[in-house]
Amino acid sequence: MEEIKKGKEIKTLEDVVTHYCPGCGHGIVHRLVADAIDELQIRERTIGIAPIGCSVLIYNYLNVDFQEVPHGRAPAAATAIKRAQPDKIVFTYQGDGDLASIGTAEIVHAANRGENITVIFINNAVYGMTGGQMAPTTVLDQKTTTSPYGRNSNIAGFPLRVCELLSSLDGVAYLERVSVSSPKNVVKAKRAIKHAFDVQLAGKGFSLVEVLSQCPMGWHMKPVDSVKWVDEVMSKTFHLKKFKDI
Amino acid sequence: MGEKLLFKGNEAIAEAAIRAGCRYYFGYPITPQNAIPEYMSRRMPEIGGVFLQAESEIAAINMVFGAGGSGVRAMTTTSSPGISLMQEGISYLAGAEIPCVIVNVMRGGPGLGGIQPAQSDYFQATKGGGHGDYSCIVLGPSTLQELAEFVFLAFELADKYRNPVIILTDGVMGQMMEPVEFLPEVDISKLPQKKWATTGAKNRKKIILKSLFLDPEKLEKHNIHLQEKFKRMQDEIRWEEISSEDCELLLVAYGTAARVSKKAITVAKEIGLSFGIFRPLTLYPFPYTQLKEVVKKGKVKKILVVEMNMGQMIEDVKLAIEGLVPVEFYGRTGGVMPVVDEIIEKAKKMLKEVV
Repeated sequence: MEEIKKGKEIKTLEDVVTHYCPGCGHGIVHRLVADAIDELQIRERTIGIAPIGCSVLIYNYLNVDFQEVPHGRAPAAATAIKRAQPDKIVFTYQGDGDLASIGTAEIVHAANRGENITVIFINNAVYGMTGGQMAPTTVLDQKTTTSPYGRNSNIAGFPLRVCELLSSLDGVAYLERVSVSSPKNVVKAKRAIKHAFDVQLAGKGFSLVEVLSQCPMGWHMKPVDSVKWVDEVMSKTFHLKKFKDI
Repeated sequence: MGEKLLFKGNEAIAEAAIRAGCRYYFGYPITPQNAIPEYMSRRMPEIGGVFLQAESEIAAINMVFGAGGSGVRAMTTTSSPGISLMQEGISYLAGAEIPCVIVNVMRGGPGLGGIQPAQSDYFQATKGGGHGDYSCIVLGPSTLQELAEFVFLAFELADKYRNPVIILTDGVMGQMMEPVEFLPEVDISKLPQKKWATTGAKNRKKIILKSLFLDPEKLEKHNIHLQEKFKRMQDEIRWEEISSEDCELLLVAYGTAARVSKKAITVAKEIGLSFGIFRPLTLYPFPYTQLKEVVKKGKVKKILVVEMNMGQMIEDVKLAIEGLVPVEFYGRTGGVMPVVDEIIEKAKKMLKEVV
C-alpha cells in the first residue's frame, strides 16, 4: 500500500463528487459520520461495512477501510470484524431494505448479542437504488412502484419500526431515531451519531442511530417538499426519540 | 509429526483447524457435523480464540467474510442444506478475494434430504455453486489422516490464492474414528502479513474489500484476473493411483466412495479380476490430464466411476477421458452406502462386454 506523507491531516470525508441525487439525505449523513470520526480521532482505526443499496458506494466518499458484504449481512460481518479486531471501531451503514427487510435476522441477532458495534440506519421509506419500490418502512398509503395504490396493510402489512423492535433487547446500549430534515434536526442527528461511536468507544455494546432521510427521487417530490414530508408524514409513523441510552 | 491420537472425524477437523492457526470459527448446528461447533465451543476459549454460534448459515459465512477480511484464519463448517444457504456469501468471498476454509460434511439431498452420508454436493462445490464466474479449491479426503492434513492444506491454499477452499467430506468420515497424527502446529505470528486486509487506514491508503464493479470493462478485467488465478491453481492438483496402469478396469472415486473402491480392488484380485483406482484428491482443480494419461498409457479397457450420488463426478471423468474408453457409473445415494459386492457385479458385467 502506498505510504501517506506525514504532517498532513487527513479528513474522513473525501473531496469527491457523490453519485447521490439532488436533495438526497445520504450526503448529509455521510458528512455527519465523517465529522464524528474526525472529532473522535478514530479514522485510522475505523472499519466500515457498506450495504447493498444506494449507499454501497459510501467507501468512495469516506476515507476509512471498508468491507462490502451481501445485502443485509453487514451486522454479521461487523460482528466478526470487531471480534477479530477489538481495538478497532466498527460501523455498518445500512438502508431500510438492507437492514429492515432482507437483513432483519442479522440486525436483531447482532443487537441481541450486544455486539460492540455502531449501526447507522438510513430509513427513507423506499428502495432507492432499484427505482422506488415499497420498503418495509414505507408508510401506510404511501405510493411506490410496487404499492401503486398506496401501501395497504391488508396486503403489505405495516411499516416496520426498527428502534421500537430492538428496544426490548438486553444487548442494546443506545438507540435513537433522528432526522436530517432541517438544520435543527441535522444538529441533533450529528450529536446522536457521535454519541453512538462514543458508546462503542466506551465498550458499552450495541448502538444504532436510525436516520429518517429524504429521497426526493424515490418519492417523486421536489427536495423542499421531501423534507416537509419527513416532518409532516414520516415522523408521525416513526417518532423522533431516544429509545435507549444505558 | 506428533503422536497418534484416536479421533472422531468431526473433532479431527476442529482440532486440525486450531493447530493450523484458525482462531475464528463461526457455525450453525446441522447434522451430521454438530461435533465440530461443539468441539470449537470448548476449545476456542481455552486458546483465546473466538467461537460464535451464528443465527444462521447465512450469518456464519458473512462472519467468515468479516474475519477473513480482517486478515485472520477463519472457518465455518456445515452440511449440505447449510452450504446452499452459504452460496451467496461464498460468491462474495471469491469476488472480494477473501481467504477462508469451509467444510461440507455432506448428507443426502435434495431439499431437506436426509441426515445420512452422501456425496450429493459435488456439482455445487466444484462448479462454482453461487452466482458468477468463480471457483473454489475443493479437497476430497478419504481417511481421517488425510482429512486432518487437508485442513492445514486448505488454510495454506486459501491464503496463497486469497480464495475460499472447500473440504468436501461426508457423514461417514465425520462420525467414524481413526488414528490421526496432526501436522506440526502453525505459529500464527510467523504467518505472512496480509497487507490487503482491512485493519484501519493508518499510514496507508484506505483498503476496500469489495466485489462490485459498476463499469463493465472493470468487471471484465476483474473476472479475467480471477480466471488467471484459477488457472494458477492447476499447480495444486493432487491425486492417487493404485495399479492404475496395469488394470483392465479403472475405478474412479473420491472420499468414502474411494474407501469402498479400494476394498473392491483387493476382493477383485482374489477372484482374478484386474482393478485399479484413480482417486482425485483435488476435486477442483480436477486432474483431467493426469487421468487421461493413465488411460492413454495403461491397459485400462473400461472405467467405473463410484460415487455416493446419482452421478456427478462422472461428468468430469468423461471430460477427462474424451471418449478413449467407455465410462460407466455405479452409485448409491440418499445415505445408502455403495458396497464391494455390487461394484464387483457391475465390473464383471462390464468386463464381459469387453470380451
